[in-house]
Parts: sequence; structure tokens; C-alpha cells
Amino acid sequence: MKNHYQLVIVGAGPAGLAAAVTASEQGISCAVLDEQAAVGGQIYRAIESVPEQRAKVLGTEYQRGTALAKAFRESKAEYFPNTKVWSLTADKQIGLLHDGKSKLITADQVLLVSGAIERPVPFPGWTLPGVMQAGAGQILFKSSGVVPSEGVVLAGSGPLLLLLAWQYMQVGVEIKAMLDVTPLSNHLQAMPKLPRALLAHHYLTKGLVYQRDLKRAGVVTKIGVSDLRAEADENDELQTVHYRHLGREHSIETGLLMTHFGIIPHIWLTQAAGCKHQWDKSQQCWRPSHDKWGNTSLQGILVAGDGAGINGARSAEHTGRLAGLQALYALGVISEAERDKQSITERKWVKAERHIRPFLEAYFAIPQEMLATHAKDTIICRCEEITAGEIRTAVEQSHGDSNQVKYLSRCGMGACQGRQCANAVAHIVADAGGLAVSEKSHFRGRPPVAPLSLQELASLSEENV
Amino acid sequence: MFKQLPNSDVEMVDVFLNQQKISVPMGTSVAAMALSNGLRSTRTTVISNSRRAPFCMMGVCYDCLMIIDGKANQRACMTHVAQDMHVESQQRVGPILGEVL
Ligand SMILES: Cc1cc2nc3c(=O)[nH]c(=O)nc-3n(C[C@H](O)[C@@H](O)[C@H](O)COP(=O)(O)OP(=O)(O)OC[C@H]3O[C@@H](n4cnc5c(N)ncnc54)[C@H](O)[C@@H]3O)c2cc1C
Ligand code: FES
Repeated sequence: MKNHYQLVIVGAGPAGLAAAVTASEQGISCAVLDEQAAVGGQIYRAIESVPEQRAKVLGTEYQRGTALAKAFRESKAEYFPNTKVWSLTADKQIGLLHDGKSKLITADQVLLVSGAIERPVPFPGWTLPGVMQAGAGQILFKSSGVVPSEGVVLAGSGPLLLLLAWQYMQVGVEIKAMLDVTPLSNHLQAMPKLPRALLAHHYLTKGLVYQRDLKRAGVVTKIGVSDLRAEADENDELQTVHYRHLGREHSIETGLLMTHFGIIPHIWLTQAAGCKHQWDKSQQCWRPSHDKWGNTSLQGILVAGDGAGINGARSAEHTGRLAGLQALYALGVISEAERDKQSITERKWVKAERHIRPFLEAYFAIPQEMLATHAKDTIICRCEEITAGEIRTAVEQSHGDSNQVKYLSRCGMGACQGRQCANAVAHIVADAGGLAVSEKSHFRGRPPVAPLSLQELASLSEENV
Repeated sequence: MFKQLPNSDVEMVDVFLNQQKISVPMGTSVAAMALSNGLRSTRTTVISNSRRAPFCMMGVCYDCLMIIDGKANQRACMTHVAQDMHVESQQRVGPILGEVL
């Protein structure tokens, strides 16, 4: 790895791969860093090693990744897997960990395409062994061929939950129930957005086909579920899932519950660099502010893909290309006219991919009472084991914003550095009368954005002599 | 709770999970190996010693920390199995206090 590149891309998902291919075609020095062991990001995870049969089950959208990965491998971009980026400064110095050693490199342009994470939504019992995110279930399947052996309950909302159910069904996993927490009122809210969504009817049709297939296979789906609660056995591990449906309490015995509440941009690096962020009300998340090329508020730092705002995998590919073109232009490699010319079709695609989004965002919006839980004993900060009640008490004691709550309670100071609780803390603080959810209510980011051991940090001096 | 679907194309490696020798397809993550070999929880928490298991599988929650080849606080979901690897469930901070800053 060199100490300096013209372009450094963080993330080898669809956005990063597409950007790298576009940029490296022009002969610039370009490095792609990713903490995973292989290319593909979230959607195309294990795309180069997946057995054929499993790829089939994962579906046609997944298989699209093969061509992209191939184009990337044929490009001149230098690829560094198993490389975790732990800091980024406004002057484009990048701290990374590779082979157990830390290193600092610099770049003229940095493209952050670090994708999304699943939105953490705390509910009673969500920390129990046996409860995991649906994306986690999908990763186990995609990359290791590991699936539930004694059935699973799926709960939450959003297209990925449906996709996982459908993928599981193909390999004979027993789905004990699908508990959809989408309130019926969302359907009404989403209706006005339906006409535009119909322009992208292939997505809607796919969703309907999945639902039909699941129904035919006898999977029971309950819509409008609330009061989701996971309960442990004497070993402190999941045994029962409780919920409310149509005014009545229900419960299911299960050793596994997978939940999904949509995805949100992974903004820890843009935050560490000091990029401006905004609260996206429709997507219920923070995202870095950016222009149509992916330029953030900091010169030479760009974003694309789901890390810039949730628009899906295909859009990630197109915005990745646009950011690649912008980086080339900023480097003086192509002219403005050339950049604009090459971006015409990409931009058309980005627009087309956007059609379905307002509908999905309204339809699958997570109810406010789930985002800001009132269940006092529910753990919010999984690392420091801080409960919703403790956060509410802090607000009552006039600690009215997330950062004050953090310093008072240690909430958000554990190993995950607030990735699992930042959202919930901001919502609970607002609900308890503190600062409204806004760009100001996220925990302040500071490097390193991932825990480093002393040994790993100490290796810095050796690597950078 | 989990099983691994057969995949005859892949080479197998021997690893030790809590001292027990098992054979695992290469490319499997340590977390996937632990879950598909009967472990329901993989660590206990520092504060209350409560049981935890992998939650996100993508490296962001830090709930899958295990002791891998003697090193505590390793993310089992981001580590692949390797020949003769030793993996152990972690109690609280694990044996090497202060490994993680
Ligand atoms: C768990 C999960 C599963 C998903 N599955 C699907 C699916 O099956 N179908 C679908 O349509 N959409 C799926 N999505 C949505 C997903 O966001 C896609 O739209 C798509 O993968 C986004 O592409 P991207 O290039 O923006 O980011 P990603 O594909 O997420 O790629 C980002 C990459 O950046 C790397 N990265 C992040 N931070 C760092 C860092 N600090 N250092 C080094 N590397 C870093 C990650 O390892 C990752 O490989 C999933 C999302 C999640 C969170
Ligand atoms: S399971 Fe979340 S970090 Fe490994």
C-alpha cells in the first residue's frame, strides 16, 4: 500500500466498485479499502465465492453483482480487503488497520461509500441470545450457508424482511410467523406516493410475488403487530416472543427471532471528518449533506451509495459512478464538459431508482412509539447496558441533549461507539422533552471510529516511518 | 438453532471451539461456526455478566466478541476460520484486561 493515492475509496459494495472502475479507467492511482475479506458490500456479499445453488436462491438482484465484481477485478484499482478505516480528517488523512497494523495514508480525493447498517430499534429482550437482526440472518446464509435449523420468527418491517423470508423459504427454513409492525395508518400515508412508485412497478411486483409465494407456502403473516417483547428461559436465552395483534396478546415459543426495522446510512466516518449532516425526516435517519455529485461540505470528501442516503443497491452503483466522475473532474483528469456528458445516463437511472422510495419510506416508516420506547427497563445502550428509564431520568434532570446524556450515563461510550443506540437516544431525549431530533441530536463523532488495541495503535509509528 | 448447508466444493479446516475439535468449511466466519455448532451465546457482558450472541454479523454491534487464538475481544463475525484456530467464548472482558481501548 502506498502512502498517497489520488483517490481513496472506502467500501467495496456496489457504489465503491462502480466508482473504482470508472475512476481507474482514466489511469489515476486509486485504492479501494474494505474491512470485509471480499468484494460485494452488503448486497453482493460473498459474490465471488458463493456456490451456484445458493446464488440462485439469493435471487437475480444478487446475481447482478457478478458482472460488477468482474469489472472491478479487471480494473487497475488497487484493492485492500480486511482493511478497516478508523479515522478520516478534513484534510483527507486516513487512519486504517491492515494485517493487525495501523497506518496513515493521504489522498487528494476521498470517496466514502461505506453503506448502511440496520436501524437498531430497542424493544424488551432485544439483547438476548437468540434475537438478532434479519440482515445478520441473511449474512449467515449468504457467506457461510448457515440457516435456522429449528425455525425462526421474523418481525419488524421493510423490504429486506420480506426478502429474507422468501430466501429462507427456498431452502426449507421453517418460518414460524412474520410479525409486521407496520401500522395500518402507514398504508394511508403512503397512498398519495403510490402513483410515482408505479413507475417502478417491477419492485412492487417483486414484493407482491414474494408475499404470494410465502402465503402459498403457508407462512402466517400478521400485520399491524405491536408491543413486541422477547422473553428468556432460565439460561438467559430467548424462549418466547410476545406481541399484540388486533387488540389481543399472543406468544410464540421460539429459540430464534430475527428483526428488521429498515436501514440507515453508516455515518461514523463522515462524522469523524466533520462533514455536515442533516436529519432526513422521510427516511428517519441522519445522512451527510451532499450535492448531486456526492460532494460533502468538506472539499475533496465525497459520498455515494446508501451511506449518502438510502436509495438501494442499483442506485448505489449509479451514484458511485457519478462520484467517480466528479473525483476525476476535481483531480483535473477530465473536463467539466466530459464529466457532464458521461453522467447523463447515470443521472437518469438515479432518478428512476428514486421513484419507489417515497412510497417505501412512508409505507415502512417505523412508528414513533417504537423509536422512542416507553418501556423503562429496556436496554438502549447494549454495550454499557443503559436503560430507557435511565435516559429519561437524565433528561428530567435537565440533561436535555444526547451528548449530555452520553457524558452523564456513559450511554454510547462502549465498544460500538453508539452505533446501536444513537438513534434511540435521540428519539427518547426528544420524547422526554429534550432537544428535538435534528442534525444536532446525534452523538458527536470522534476518531477512532472503531476500537483499537494499544498494540494496533502502537504499530502506527513503525508503519509510517 | 442453526445448521450449515452442505457445500462439497469447499475445503474443510479443523478448528477448536471451546477446546472441542470440529471440521468447518473454509470461508465460514467464526460467528457462523460457533452458532452452527450449538453455541447459543458467545460471550457475557462486562457490566452485568449477561449472555450475548452475535447480533448484526456485519461488524458494528460488537456483541460477538470472542477469544480467538488467545486474543480477547475479537469480532467473531469479521474473522474467518483458519486451520488449527482456537476459539473460546469470552467471559466479561476476557483474559487480557484492557485489550480494547
Ligand atoms: C445487512 C444488510 C443486508 C442487505 N442486504 C441487501 C439485499 O439482500 N438486497 C438489497 O437490495 N439490499 C440489501 N441491503 C441494502 C444495501 O444497503 C444495498 O443497497 C447496497 O449494498 C448498498 O451499496 P453500497 O455500495 O452503498 O454499500 P455496501 O454494499 O453496504 O458496502 C459498503 C462497504 O463498506 C465497507 N465499510 C464500511 N465501513 C468501513 C470502514 N470503516 N472501513 C472499511 N470498510 C468499511 C463495508 O465492509 C462494506 O463492504 C442490505 C443492507 C444491510 C445493512
Ligand atoms: S455480530 Fe455485530 S459486530 Fe459481530
